[in-house]
This record gives sequence, structure tokens and C-alpha cells, in this order.
Amino acid sequence: MSRRSFLRGCAAFGGVTALAASLAPLRELGDYTNTEQFLQKYYKELTPSDMTKVITRIEGEVERQYGIRPHVRDLKPMDGVEFVYALNLTRCIGCRKCVHACVKENNQSRSPEIQYIRVLKMPHGSMDVEKGNHNYDSKQVPEKGFFYMPIQCQQCKNPPCVKVCPVNATWQEKDGITVIDYDWCIGCRYCEAACPYWARRFNFTKPQIPKDKINPDMSYLGNRPRKQGVMEKCHFCIQRTRVGKYPACLEACPVGARKFGNILDPNSEVSYILREKRVFIQLKEEMGTSPRFFYYFDK
Amino acid sequence: MISFIRNYIIFLLRCARIAFIGDWRYYAWMGALTIICLLGLNAYAKQLVHGLITTGMSDEVSWGVYIANFTFLVGVAAAAVMMVIPVYIYGNEELHDLVIFGELLAVAAIIMCLAFVTVDLGRPDRFWHLIPGIGQMNFPQSMLSWDVLVLNGYLLLNVHICGYLLYCRYQNKKPTKWFYIPFVFLAIAWAVSIHTVTAFLYVGLGGRPFWNASIVGPRFLASAFTAGPAIIIIALQIIRNFTTYRIKDKALLTLRSIVQVSMIINVFLLACEVFKEFYSGTAHSASAKYLFFGLHGHYALVPWIWTAITFNLIAMVILSLPLSRGLRWLDVACVLSIIGIWIEKGMGLVIPGFIPTPLGAVVDYRPSFNETLVCLGIWAFGFLCYTVFLRMSVPILQGRLSKTNEGQIESEMYKLT
Ligand code: SF4
Ligand code: SF4
Repeated sequence: MSRRSFLRGCAAFGGVTALAASLAPLRELGDYTNTEQFLQKYYKELTPSDMTKVITRIEGEVERQYGIRPHVRDLKPMDGVEFVYALNLTRCIGCRKCVHACVKENNQSRSPEIQYIRVLKMPHGSMDVEKGNHNYDSKQVPEKGFFYMPIQCQQCKNPPCVKVCPVNATWQEKDGITVIDYDWCIGCRYCEAACPYWARRFNFTKPQIPKDKINPDMSYLGNRPRKQGVMEKCHFCIQRTRVGKYPACLEACPVGARKFGNILDPNSEVSYILREKRVFIQLKEEMGTSPRFFYYFDK
Repeated sequence: MISFIRNYIIFLLRCARIAFIGDWRYYAWMGALTIICLLGLNAYAKQLVHGLITTGMSDEVSWGVYIANFTFLVGVAAAAVMMVIPVYIYGNEELHDLVIFGELLAVAAIIMCLAFVTVDLGRPDRFWHLIPGIGQMNFPQSMLSWDVLVLNGYLLLNVHICGYLLYCRYQNKKPTKWFYIPFVFLAIAWAVSIHTVTAFLYVGLGGRPFWNASIVGPRFLASAFTAGPAIIIIALQIIRNFTTYRIKDKALLTLRSIVQVSMIINVFLLACEVFKEFYSGTAHSASAKYLFFGLHGHYALVPWIWTAITFNLIAMVILSLPLSRGLRWLDVACVLSIIGIWIEKGMGLVIPGFIPTPLGAVVDYRPSFNETLVCLGIWAFGFLCYTVFLRMSVPILQGRLSKTNEGQIESEMYKLT
């Protein structure tokens, strides 16, 4: 063997070893994905029998990971229903009970904790969110001189997040809820940049949920556990509202500041509020997003 | 046909072979780049396993240096046409052969762009969702889907043009005009489009007042046409010094005038923007305040942007003076503009768009160590690609690597200098 080819051999060997060493962390990749997940079709292209398979897969995965067999459903929007939220700013006391009820209901990661609802402590007289305090830590709420404004996905009629998604992983359903196919999202976070309400949350790492905290009543587009690297956000508790229940945040509110219902039904509470209240506010109305989330006041 | 394929394969093999041959400086340079690449790859492997939490990004600042570098490099790629225009539209022969170096730079830059977008994805395993036909492309709604299309299109165009011209030169044939001239003109229009589309990625977001301004598009072009040719000048200087390839001063001076004018326009547009943000003093200028002066006790970007402005101004002054006809000074001005514009586009455009958040929170962003390694890895990979491209194309253009000397492997032919 000539000196030259010997050197070449050494270089090649060294290169391959270095390459292998640099890829070594991939051994911990674990259940990052599998063939079935990798090849799964887009939500809107899944046939009912595909969907059954997908649901079985998800149930199996949840069971393996959390030791509890969930009940996953693919709930469709109901006809003649368009959901609307109305929040009474006069009543809200800023206790953040809705925030925590939401985390519990929707199987959000507890570490790092992902919250869909952000409550801003606002000085009297201003609707400018930039004056709001996100991290208030008051012993007693409400504090004098402030009001509290909870903000979550506004389920815009004209949602910029949907427009920007390069792969249609997020869309608006017939009942007005903008949903995400967690198995289709590529995690580019363009929608997060586009949302004017800072409503979207990204799974920057593998979500951690204690086994005993899992809510087994799940839906595909709703609260089934998410994966690392995908987007999520408030979906008006699809797994509850599409079967006629109220969202968890509404039920948790101790002062009845939250009202939810079908705007297409003239007898619903939300229809009444939007008809009778003199002033109600769509946050950042000038954005042209036309939220389905309204803030109103008593007197 | 058979002999055509055979010739072409031999051509590719010889090109590949020459990439591994050089003197000790070449090996040292390539070795160093390879090591940095591998460090970056290692960092990326960690990111894949643990998620983007290994970066400095958060729900508040959801894009960071990856997208910043991407944005900068799209500009570099687009600017390759600034060499093409004088040659093909004004018939400037000084730059004729150099066009290839510019376009190869574009190819390397696009490769880096694609790498930067890929590492930014939370689920890179699902990249196929983006492929038209088998995936779901939200076209023409999403600017990101436009970007994917135009970037890949631009890559193909440039690969075709460079590959074709080099192969003709290798065979000592005159290139057939209709086989590349139409593509050259297409590439010119395309270059403007890749950069405009990338600007629209930001401009289209109504919820981010800092980006939602029509000046962003023109500013993108102006800064790209400064930084791009500046990089080409530096690259040509390196080619001049390290190979026997002769590049006339006049070519560099032609590029100088491009950098000069673009830099002046760039600084002017910056001034327009600063005026608009600060004179009216509306609530929408919070991001600009954060960037230039800091907001509510957060000053993370202030040193960056003032460095960028200082560099840009010094570069502009040097470029405007006859001084920069001296190539040393031209180099200095180019390096300053490259750094200045890199900061301005990255730290100065992408990051402040997120701060404050639409709900008014001010959260700083600082790239993490792992994230920085990934970036360095991709840059090293880009340099590696460009070096290899030059290593192949210089001897071809000089006629030292051609069909006539097929079969000869004298080290003579492969010599660098
Ligand atoms: S609030 Fe944000 S996430 Fe929700 S629909 Fe509107 S833009 Fe989309
Ligand atoms: S993060 Fe997911 S949902 Fe959001 S734009 Fe990207 S692919 Fe679409």
C-alpha cells in the first residue's frame, strides 16, 4: 500500500467515525415518529375507515405513554351552529381559574406549562394591551384601579393564521372554530407570527403531562395529547362544545363573566347579549380579523 | 446518446475528483470547514431529539437567527443577478466569465437558505407535506408556499445555467444561445421575485406593525444588492489571491459602483423608516423603539443595531470616496457592509418584529449556544459548497480541465496556483 492511499484510507475512516459521532444524539429519538404516523394523510383526505385506524393508533399511543385508555372521537361541526364567546369585563376578577381549568381539560403540557388563556391586568380606562401586565401576582384579586382582560384565540372570521399556513394544517370549520391537524403541522410557526392576538402556542419540546392528570375524553382536532414540534391553541373545547357542553373555562369562572353559545340561534344567551348590550368590543377591530370573541360591560 | 451520457458522467466524476485534490492550504481549509459542519450537525441532532427548546426562541419570539440568516442569504442569492445584468443587458464583457462565480454563489446561498428553513421546522420529518401533488400546498394564499416554490425554482435555474456553461467550456464548445440566454433572463426576473416574496412573508402580517410596512420590500432589495455584490467582490479577491485565475481590477470596480449606489439607497431607505417610526410617535413604533433605544428596561438589540448603522455609514463613506478605488479600502468597505447588513436584516428586522408581542409583552431573545452551533454548521457547509464549486469551475474556465485532457491525471492540471 502506498503512503498516499494509506493516508486516504485514514482520512475516510476518520470522516465516517466523526460523522457517526456527530449523529450519536439521534439514538435518543425514541418515539419521535413511526411509519404509520409518517405516512398519515391530511385530515380532510382521510376516509372514515382511515379515521378509525388513526384513532386506534392514537388511543394505543396514549395508552402506552400514559397508562390510560382514552376515548378519542372525531367530532364534526353541527349544522346551523356558529359558536361565539362573550366575556363580561365588568365581572371578570382576574382569578385565572379559567386558565387552569383549560390546561386541565385540554391536556396541555405541564412542563413547560402551556396555557391558552392569558389574563391581562389593565389599568382603568385603557384598552391598550401594551399597558397590560401579564405576570401580575396579586395576593388578592381584583385590585382597585384595574380591570382584567382574559385573551385567548378569538376564532376570527377572517383568520390570518389560516391564510399563512403553508400546508393547510390549520383551517376554519363550519361552526367557526379554527382547528389544527396536529399530525399535519410542520411546525414552521408562521401562524404564530401572523396571529394578532398571540393566541398560538408551540410545543418547543416533548409535552409532559403527569399520568393521573390526563383527561381521557379526547377529540382528534381538540385535546388529544400533542407531539413535540407542533402548534396548538384554544379550540373552544371542541370535545365538549360539539356535544352540547360548555367550554371548561366558562364552567370554571366563579363570577359568570363568560358566556358562550350559538349565534345563529336568536334565543341563545350570546345572541341576546350582542343584541342588547350597547357596547361590545372586538379586540383590535382594525385588524379586519372579525373575532367571534366579544368583550362587553354591564352598564 | 450513449456517448453523451458517458462523457457527461466522466465530466461529473472528474469534477468530483478534483474537489478532493489541492495543496495543504486547501486541505486545511476544507478540513476546518468539515469539522464545523459536523459540530453543527451534532447540535442539530440534539435539537431534533429535544425540540426547539434547545434554541433561544419562545412563543413570544418564535423566529430567531435561523430565519434571520435565511432572510439574509435569500438576498445574497438574489444579488447574483447584479453581475448578470451588466453582462447580458449592457454587454459588459469585463464581467463575462465572472457571472459564473456569481451564480455559483447564488447556488451555495440557496442551499444554505433551504438548510436554514429546514432546521427551523418543528417537524422536519413532515417536509413532504409541502411538496405539491403529494402534500398540501396552501398556494397562492401562503407566502411561505410561494417562497418554497420560488427558491427551489431559482436553485434549478442557476444550477442549469452554471452547469450548462461549464460543461460547454469543458467540451470547448460554444454554448447554444437559446439553451441558456432565455434562462438567464428568467433568472434575472426570478431573483427579484425571490427577494420580494421573502419580504412579503413579513409585510403580509397585519398584526405586526413593524413588518407591515411597504418599505420593507424595497429595503430588502437595496440591502441585498449591497451585501450580495460585496460578498462577490470578496470572493473574487480570494480567487485572485489563491488561484492563477486572472481577474481584472476593472471587473471589481464595476461591482464597486453597484455596491456604492445600493448602499446609498439602503441608507436612505433606512432614514425614511426611522423618520416614519419616530416622528409620528404612534403606538405602532414600539418595536422600533425597542430596537433603537430599548423598551421598558430591555435593551438586547440596541448594541446590535447601532453597530450595524455605524458599519453601514462607514462603508457608505468609504465607498463614496475615490479612496475605495484602492482595492484594500474596497475590501474593508465590503466587509463592513456585509456585517452591517447581516445584522440589520437579522437582528434588526426579524427579531424586533416580535417585540413587543401583539399583547404587549416584552421578552428578549438571545440565540442559544446550540442554535449558534447549528448556524455556524450551515455557514460552514455553505462555504464548503462554494469552495468546491470554485475548485471545479476555475480550472474549467482556464481550460486546464477539459475534454481534451481526459484520462490525464497529472497533478499539474489540478494545481491550485
Ligand atoms: S385569534 Fe389568532 S389563532 Fe385564533 S383564529 Fe384569530 S388569528 Fe387565528
Ligand atoms: S406551525 Fe403548523 S399550523 Fe402553523 S403555519 Fe406552520 S404548519 Fe401551519
